[in-house]
Formats: sequence, C-alpha cells, structure tokens
Amino acid sequence: MSKQINLTLKVWRQSKGEAGRFETYEAKNIDTDASFLEMLDVVNDELTVKGVEPIAFEHDCREGICGCCGALVNGKTHGSHDRTTLCQLHMRHFEDGQELVLEPFRADAFPVLKDLIVDRSGLDEIITEGGYVAVKTGNAPEASTTPIKKEFAEAAMDAAECIGCGACVASCPNGSAMLFTSAKVSQYALLPQGHPERAKRVKAMVSKMDELGFGNCSNEYECAVACPKGIDVKNIARLNREFIKHGFKS
Amino acid sequence: MKLDAKIPEGPMAEKWKNHKFNAKLVNPSNRRKYNVIVVGTGLAGASAAATLAEQGYNVDCFTYSDSPRRAHSIAAQGGINAAKNYPNDGDSVHRLFYDTVKGGDFRSREANVHRLAECSNLIIDHCVAQGIPFAREYGGYLANRSFGGAQVSRTFYARGQTGQQLLIGAYGALCKEIKSGGVKMHTRCEVIDVVVIDGQARGIISRNLVTGELTRHVADAVVLATGGYGNVFFLSTNAMNCNASAAWRVYKKGAAFANPCFTQIHPTCIPVHGEYQSKLTLMSESLRNDGRIWVPKKKGDTRPPAQIPEDERDYYLERKYPSFGNLVPRDLASRNAKVVCDEGRGVGPTGQAVYLDFADAINRLGKEVIEARYGNLFEMYNRITDDDPYETPMMIYPAVHYTMGGLWVDYNLMTTIPGLYALGECNFSDHGANRLGASALMQGLADGYFVIPNTINDYLASTKIEKATTDHEEFVKAETVAKEKLDKLLSINGKRTVDDFHKELGHLLWNNCGMARNEKGLKEALEKIPKIREEFWKDLNVPGSADDLNQALEKANRVADFMEFAELMVKDALERKESCGGHFREESQTEEGEAKRDDENFCYVAAWEFQGLDKEPVLHKEPLEFEEVKLTQRSYK
Repeated sequence: MSKQINLTLKVWRQSKGEAGRFETYEAKNIDTDASFLEMLDVVNDELTVKGVEPIAFEHDCREGICGCCGALVNGKTHGSHDRTTLCQLHMRHFEDGQELVLEPFRADAFPVLKDLIVDRSGLDEIITEGGYVAVKTGNAPEASTTPIKKEFAEAAMDAAECIGCGACVASCPNGSAMLFTSAKVSQYALLPQGHPERAKRVKAMVSKMDELGFGNCSNEYECAVACPKGIDVKNIARLNREFIKHGFKS
Repeated sequence: MKLDAKIPEGPMAEKWKNHKFNAKLVNPSNRRKYNVIVVGTGLAGASAAATLAEQGYNVDCFTYSDSPRRAHSIAAQGGINAAKNYPNDGDSVHRLFYDTVKGGDFRSREANVHRLAECSNLIIDHCVAQGIPFAREYGGYLANRSFGGAQVSRTFYARGQTGQQLLIGAYGALCKEIKSGGVKMHTRCEVIDVVVIDGQARGIISRNLVTGELTRHVADAVVLATGGYGNVFFLSTNAMNCNASAAWRVYKKGAAFANPCFTQIHPTCIPVHGEYQSKLTLMSESLRNDGRIWVPKKKGDTRPPAQIPEDERDYYLERKYPSFGNLVPRDLASRNAKVVCDEGRGVGPTGQAVYLDFADAINRLGKEVIEARYGNLFEMYNRITDDDPYETPMMIYPAVHYTMGGLWVDYNLMTTIPGLYALGECNFSDHGANRLGASALMQGLADGYFVIPNTINDYLASTKIEKATTDHEEFVKAETVAKEKLDKLLSINGKRTVDDFHKELGHLLWNNCGMARNEKGLKEALEKIPKIREEFWKDLNVPGSADDLNQALEKANRVADFMEFAELMVKDALERKESCGGHFREESQTEEGEAKRDDENFCYVAAWEFQGLDKEPVLHKEPLEFEEVKLTQRSYK
C-alpha cells in the first residue's frame, strides 16, 4: 500500500558556461507508488510556481527502454536498485526523511549540458563506425534461408538489449565504453549476418572509442553492476577475443 | 481543396507493382542534386532517411532526442506482422490485407492496406538481414506468435522488445548513411514550422534545444514522420515528448488532417493509481495469448482474486466472443473492460481494472515457459505495482495508446501540400478506425523502407521545383512567427505550470472524447476547450529563457498546439454520428452493445481543412470504396 514520505534533495545545478553547484530542495508528501521521475515532477512543479527554474533531467518513455533517463542518486547510476532505470525506480524503496544527492552522469566523454543532462552523443559516434550490418534495403534474401541456432539468437538478443543509457560509462572508474561497445560487437559476432564486416567493425569501433576519450577497461566490473539491462561482462571478453583475432591481423 | 487519393488502376494485387513501374525515376547521378528533409527518427523516419540516402538523395534528418535511437518506436513490445505463413496455418497476403481492413472497421483505404500486406514480407527479410535477433525455434527458423484480431500466428518478435530491436536496426541503417555522408543528422533539434513556398513544401525552421537557436533549412521535399497525438490526453502510453506540433502546424499551413477522432485505446495497461502520475505503461497484447481476462460475477466483490472461486468469475471475453476469446481486437477488449467496470464489477482499489490471469497457463505450461515468454513484462509489472504476477493476476485497464488519425495523404503518402509527405503514425492511411496488434511497426517500416523511396522520385522527377534559398520571405516570416510565439510563452508570467494545463485538457478529453463519446459530452468539451486555451495564454508560467536548454518552454510550445488540436478532434468525433473501431458513439450501438457503423452516411475519410483559428474548419470527404473486402458488420463471435 502506498504512503507518503518527505525527502531532502541535494541537486547538482549547472547552467551553460557556469560552474556547477549543489542546491537543496525539499520533496514533500511524495507518494511511495510514484516513480523517481514523478517525484522530480512534483518537486519541479513546486519550483516553477515559486519562480525557480525546474531541475533539467532527461526522460522520455518512462518505461525503462528509451535509455534517456539516468542520474547519480547517492553516487549510484540510476539509483542503487538492481537492473532498474531511474524511471522504473519507485519511491517505495526510500525512507521517510532520507537525504538524496542527485548528480549528472560523470565521465570525461559525457560533458554536462545542464543540471542532470549530459551529452552522450559519443555513443552514437561509436555505433556510426560500424555497429550495424551494411545491407541496402530491398536486397535481402528470403528470411528463412539462414537458420540460426536458437542459443546464438538468444545470446545475440541478450547483448542487443543494451539501451544506450551510458550508466556503464558513468559507473566505470576509467569512464570506459567497453560494455556498450562490446554489446553491439557481440550481437553481430554471434549472428551470421554480422560476419563479413566482423574484423572491420571491431577495429573501427574500438578505435573510435579511444579517440573520443572513453577510458580503457581494467576489469572493475562496475559497468555490469550498474547496467539496468543486465548486459553481461562476458561480452567484453568476446570483444577482446574479436579484437585480438581480427584487430592485430591487418 | 480537392482530395485525390491517386489510387492506381487495375486489380488490387497488381496496383502497387504497376504504380512503381509507372512512377517517374530520377537517374542515379541526378539524385545527389536533391535535398530531402526527414523529420523524426522512429521506425518510419529512420528507415526513410536511410533508404533515401541509399538511393543517392541528400538527406537532412532531425530529431528532438539526443540520439535517433530514443524515438518512441523503441517502446513497442509485442511484435510485427507479416504474411509469411511459416506456421502453415493458412496465412497469405490476402488474409493479412483482409484482417487489417476488417480490423480497421472498414474505414481505411483498401489499396494502401494491400500494399502494406505485400511489403510485410520484405520487411522481415530485410530486418533479418540487418541482424535483428528475432525469436527462433530450436531448428533455427523464425518463431511466430498470435495477436489480437487474427486467427493465425503471423507475429514476429524479439522477446518483449520488438520495437527496440527494429528501431535499432533502422538506426543502424541510418548510422551507416551518416557514416557514408548521405545523411546529415541533427539531434536535439525540434521542428518549429514547415516552410511552404509557391504552394510547395520547401523546408523547415528548427530550434536547437540546447542553444535555443532557430535555423532555416531548405530542401526539395519534406518528409514528416513525427508520430501520433495521443499525448493530447496527458495520460497515455506515449513517451513524454511525443507531440502533435509538426502535424498541427502543417495543418495550419494547408495540409488536410484526417480522422482526428480515431484514437486507439489499448486494453492492457497498468491502471491509473495517483494524481502525480505522469504516464501509463502498456503491458504487451501478446500477454493475452496466455493470460485470461476476468472480473467477479458479483458487483462489489472485493475478495482477493485467489478467494474468488472459478464459478464466481466471469471470463467475459471468452463468454461473448468464443472464436477469438481473449484475442479479440483492441477496441472490443477495451470497450468490454469499460462495460464491466461501469457495471461495478471492476477490481482493485479504484474499481477501474480487470484481472489478467496467468494461473491456468502456469499450471498447464509451468512457470519457466511463461517466464521465457513474458519474463521482462512480468518484471516490469512487478517494478511498477509491487505485485508479483506469477502469484496473483495482473490488474489492467485500457489507456490511450495509438492514434489512427493523422495528416491526410494520397497513395504516394503525400499530404495536400505538394512535396510534403507524412509517414507512419503521423498519417491516417492504413489502420482505419482501429489498429490491430503488431501492425504499427509494420506500417512504419513499410512506409520508410519500401513506399517513400518508390513514390518521392515521381514527384521530384515530374515537378518543377524552383531554386530557393533560406533568405526567401517565407523562411523569414516563419522564423519571425516562431520567435514571437516563444517570446509570448515566456512573457505570460502567470501562476500555473504547463503540466497543470495539460492535465486539465487531458482529463476533459478522456471523459468526453475517450473510450465512449456522446453528443452532449462532445458539445460540452467544445465549449470548454477554448476557455482552457484562453486561460493557458493568460495564466501560464514558463521560467527560464529562450536561448537555453529549457524543457518547460519546449513543453509549453507543444501543449499550446494540443490546446488547438483538441478542438478539431472533438469536432470530428461530433460530426461522425456512427460508431466504428476506436470511435464509439453511445448513440450508435447494436442491441448487444457493439459498435454500429453507418456505411450509408459515414463510409468516408473525414479530411479537415484549416480556415483560421476563429473560423470553422471545412470538412472534405474522401469516399471509401470496397472492391475486395465486403462491407459487413464486424463479428468476432
């Protein structure tokens, strides 16, 4: 059953060209059935009425799939709940009177745009280097001509579930995008459609990752803990194998 | 305004083939001389932008999101239809076409629907080639499941994340073209207006959502793939940023708006629980394959579900529609849920919910099988409600989901403004008055991958398009108007937030133009909407400035359009004095309470033409003719 709680929020506020700072706000009479973002909506409505600019935070589907939302709640990406995006985190997991510190995702490759919103376009740039199968529309053979072992299709799907939220990068002490990149590399390494571009893909994506200032992987595994979709670190091992097999050859 | 649907001559199954052959072509080396703007990067927009670039056109693609991959198509759960007949259960292109026309309650254009069914198989081939990890059988072949409104298994799926996987596929195709230089991607850019020069769509004014900068972009054609207007209701299953602005603004520039009253209410959503609620969450229709829907037979029976014995339960869909059972189309499932709740047999704390029960399926198949089929949906339900659907039935209630109305387009997907196209949910064309499950993804991808690349060439090759630059007075005018509107929104300094107004409007629409409508309620809404709109422009509070990232301003600018659009939607509902699909006029029902169509008077597409905000819009009618599927009372008994 739902009840109401009060919270104190210490929120990172940062405008264009300014240094950031923490501001303290009270979140009052929050229904425990509300989502974390709905709690922020309530706080923002009150700030607006008081003439204070609302806290900028990114969100869209609020179903845990678009990958827009995310902030550090008490130091944890998307809050501390396992396999949960911020929009799917509900206030029933918080205590009355609790203090929460809200910060944007921190990483060299994710500059802050405003308050809790960061620029994650680096992730798109990595995909643009080859995170797809280069097939032109209208050329495909009949879909049933290539049977794919169920186990491979399932493993590819496990990797493909990545929502590109960037929590892996923000939770990594090195700001590495290895889990993100490895998920895409794995999906196509596991499927026959991905094989012709396999070598080219892994080399190009890894080199882009480095170029954009994402750090290296040092096996901290924080990414896998933070991932709201449970993307497995064995994808990183697969990326490493792919890279060693193909990356050093040419 | 004259509506010419440009439906090709010849037998239904030959129309698309002939049309493609008769279309004028642009030779490959000339294509790079043409610029096309694509707005939106959902299934329709991303696939269109990628495919047009593959053909050699220069494409500028816009999204308000930080990445094309965030478009709301990503949230679609259940699947995509195709007439592959892999399960050998009698499916065919003709049957998919037939089911879709019938499912839409005979308010769609036959020729478009037939083309959709034809393209469906190509979509699956293409998506498999892209490496989309569709569900497979142990033998390695593609798996299928069934969806509402069909008696065959023709739905392809990727767990409960089909939309995500298809969108990532289209996004990959888009990235491939960004890499090759064919597409210039503009993220965090919102379309503020479409620029029309000498009667042709020639560009857009966009606003950079980070810097607030307004910029002008010129092109030879503009393709809108900006989704539906379901967020006019405030609470819906749409993503928070979905809006009607682009469609509404081109309507005000002369594009006809068709069937705005056709809204699909999806039967299986998590019920509303509190005033603070921002969003409704859908539970995939595929759950109805194994879940059984019921309410207590007795009114006001508040016992927990487990304590209500079998013979005191009413499995009302199975009882009323024995051949389709729980898999009746969405409009029937939704309306019947409303009926039982209105009777006082609804469950849960609000009485506005019915049970979706998996106990039988778990007993029959085991928990593991159910977990493999729907695990992520069960998990999602558990997160939101704190209930475990493996142990106790889910509670569901209908919610606004998809809008079948949209910009009027001809067979080429061109609006009544030459050079302006509308794809996917943004147009009205394929779903009639109701959308069957797994058909939205199909339409988005058919339009983007296969239709637009074969129709836009005819326009570009056969139309004289004068050279234009962004200095043209129409660009200057559009930018000035846009700027003035943003300044006005910021200067009101009233007391109420955007959401507050949006909720008020949404509530009014849900009550008066929601799952059931009647003349009295619609007239009442028509009186109230202009008052809410007036208040909005008097008492709105938008903090911040226009040259900064300002989410309240973005929202205000969109809600301002909803305030106007809502009126057209209600007018359309009032005008259509029949029931069909998602449009249930209480005055028009059969003795059994089913939607009663009036084919004699309403077998048309209602296309509205803007005359000015204070003037009545003009209604144009495109008569619908049915050559292949006989007009009959829809029955799913």
